[in-house]
Amino acid sequence: MSETPLLAIVGNPNCGKTTLFNLLTGLRQKVANYPGVTVEKKIGECWSQHGKKLRLIDLPGAYSLNARSPDEAVLRDVLLGRREDTPRPDRVVIVVDAANLERNLYLASQVLELGLPTVIALNMVDVAEEKQWLINVPKLAEELGVPVVTMQATTGKGLLELKAAMSREELPKPRWHSAPLPEVIRAALHGIRAELLLSGAVHENTSLLEPLYLLSDHDPLRAGIQDVHLGQIQRGRHALEAANSGWEDQLVNDRYTAIEKLCQKVLNRPDQELPSLTQKLDHWLLHPWLGGLTVLAILVFLFYLIFKVAEGPMGWIEAAFAALGSWVTGAMPPGDLRDLIVDGAINGVSGVVIFLPQILILFFFIGIMEDTGYMARLAFIMDRLMSIVGLNGKAFLPFLSSYACAVPGVMATRTIDSPKDRLITILVAPLASCSARLPVYLLLISAFMPNSVSIWAKASIMVGLYALGTLGAFFFAWLLNKGVMRGANAPMILEMPTYKMPSLKSILLLVWQRAKAFLARAGTVIFGISILIWAASTYPKTDSPDASIRLEKSIAGRAGHLIEPVIAPLGYDWKIGIGLIGSFAAREVFVNTMSVVYAVEAEEEDMTPLRDHLRAETRADGKPVYSPLVCISLLVFYVFAMQCVSTMAIVKRETNSWGWMWFQLFFMTGTAYVLALGIYQIGTALGY
Amino acid sequence: MHAQLTLAQLPIGSAAFIHSLPTGRVGLTRLRELGLTPGARVTMVRRAPLGEPIEITVRGSHIAMRDHEAQHIGITHVEQAFNPAQSTTTQA
Repeated sequence: MSETPLLAIVGNPNCGKTTLFNLLTGLRQKVANYPGVTVEKKIGECWSQHGKKLRLIDLPGAYSLNARSPDEAVLRDVLLGRREDTPRPDRVVIVVDAANLERNLYLASQVLELGLPTVIALNMVDVAEEKQWLINVPKLAEELGVPVVTMQATTGKGLLELKAAMSREELPKPRWHSAPLPEVIRAALHGIRAELLLSGAVHENTSLLEPLYLLSDHDPLRAGIQDVHLGQIQRGRHALEAANSGWEDQLVNDRYTAIEKLCQKVLNRPDQELPSLTQKLDHWLLHPWLGGLTVLAILVFLFYLIFKVAEGPMGWIEAAFAALGSWVTGAMPPGDLRDLIVDGAINGVSGVVIFLPQILILFFFIGIMEDTGYMARLAFIMDRLMSIVGLNGKAFLPFLSSYACAVPGVMATRTIDSPKDRLITILVAPLASCSARLPVYLLLISAFMPNSVSIWAKASIMVGLYALGTLGAFFFAWLLNKGVMRGANAPMILEMPTYKMPSLKSILLLVWQRAKAFLARAGTVIFGISILIWAASTYPKTDSPDASIRLEKSIAGRAGHLIEPVIAPLGYDWKIGIGLIGSFAAREVFVNTMSVVYAVEAEEEDMTPLRDHLRAETRADGKPVYSPLVCISLLVFYVFAMQCVSTMAIVKRETNSWGWMWFQLFFMTGTAYVLALGIYQIGTALGY
Repeated sequence: MHAQLTLAQLPIGSAAFIHSLPTGRVGLTRLRELGLTPGARVTMVRRAPLGEPIEITVRGSHIAMRDHEAQHIGITHVEQAFNPAQSTTTQA
């Protein structure tokens, strides 16, 4: 055993694997992505009782080594030592949910057969007890040939025993073999292995299992097979198909037959499932109409938190940045550098960090729903609705989160295991009207509707804008699903885990990791863009005392003039053009930019002076610039256009592709342009 | 002879044994790996509020799927099983 051995933690989703990993490592963990895929790589450290250092890797949850998702492919490749960025683990800890023993043994038995020294952590023994399942642990250890430690990761019970087993000098190699491969399959695999060995596609001295699990992945690119080996893999599949057309299914059946035999020896359970707490809760939470009502209540509560409770901390952040800005203003001599720091850097970063409270609340909420097991119920209830546009229930929450901010929404799509569904959700989620659009909506609605109009009429316009974005998202989801995106839809298969008490520590850790990712990625990009936009609206400098004239002569002002021919058909003048350009950093910047353009002192809290100025602004012919038609055209533009650098940065990261990021920018902004054009031109033709 | 009864038709609260699954289809292979192999006993727990998906239990775990998959899974020996959900309903 090497100096600091690497132990892999492996298990089904919902088996308590990550809770155990957090318990073992505490905060001593690093989170990154596996290069080339958006699968989280978590590495941590812990010490054994004897002060020996152990390195731990929390591998993605999986149901089988026959990979069906990028997560499962990573698990397979790490365990087989096929990833260059991750060494093959020295030992394996398989976390097995005792209350779901048979199904969990499916993956466990596959991993055992790989022959690495293994410890089994038999988790959730309390839940199994509650179900009156009797598990003969010594017998199970004897049959599998590896140590089995009972534990409860949620309370930490059994942790010491597990650590002791993990750090044992000698760990036996597993004895378990479910069933010999049928002779025809074995013969075919021998031939395929020989061929793969020739080109170095598999390890030397590899067992038959490596080619077997590579061939059972239906996505050869995901299997990390280089192009030169693709033909071999295809031929291998054909050879196996020819030998036994139902080979995959037969291997599953054989394995379960062996597991059933094992369970007859080690597991004694009641004939009928007892009405557990989970069943009783689900009776109400998934009740035909109470279930829907619960979802609604939870969503209303979530939105209350995001839009009302988050207001306080958002105000503090704003005040803190404003104080920092005025402190710098006072401490530094006037000049370009001071302006750069105050107007460029501090203002720009403040514009991003201000969304942090909403993002934290959202991730905390998502964490609780995931950890308790309610998330699966939400997907179960919403699946039928989402299926109308070709998505599944798991896409619901990421999409919903995007009404607060598309950044956490896009990040939350990691729970969607079908790559196609996940990509479509990422592409349409920013069409949900996020909170950054709200100030723009408020300003423009108040600009074109006279004070005499009732608040209800204004509110209904607002609701209409939200509905428009939602319909747009559904339409594009449907279109992408039907037309653009190739590949079959993966079937919706959802496990409904047992409810459990959420672990605050795990949730806070998740919130912290997500917030850090947001600040690091979006923060750096926004920081750069803010400085660029500041520079564009400052240089070249003119000596006019009037800020609006200085802006007009700047690069941004010239750019506004430059794009005027493009946006004039939508009814916009060059001043609105400057606002649009500024909005590409973040939409709410529109309000600030317009107040500079019109040289109006405007605050986000009180838009009255700016609104009055917009109402009074006229064209050369004396007609108002902000006619109802222009305002509606502009509102529709803001509903659809992709004007958020933070989201683009996150989309790039989560799709791992510049292409999809640009595609999203162009289809969203293109749609915005075409619709705004249509509204203004048809409206003008009709005489509005 | 009757047409083969499918999992999609199993009444709520009833149990049956899986008789057949078509081979060689990706989604159905995954369902097999989750425990729905021929001979396994399944119980229909409920349908979602909007009619789909269905929730079943097999080998002690609870799985949801759409009719699209369930209608390919042949079942036999349907039995009216004890239903914990019904007993709580009568109490309520």
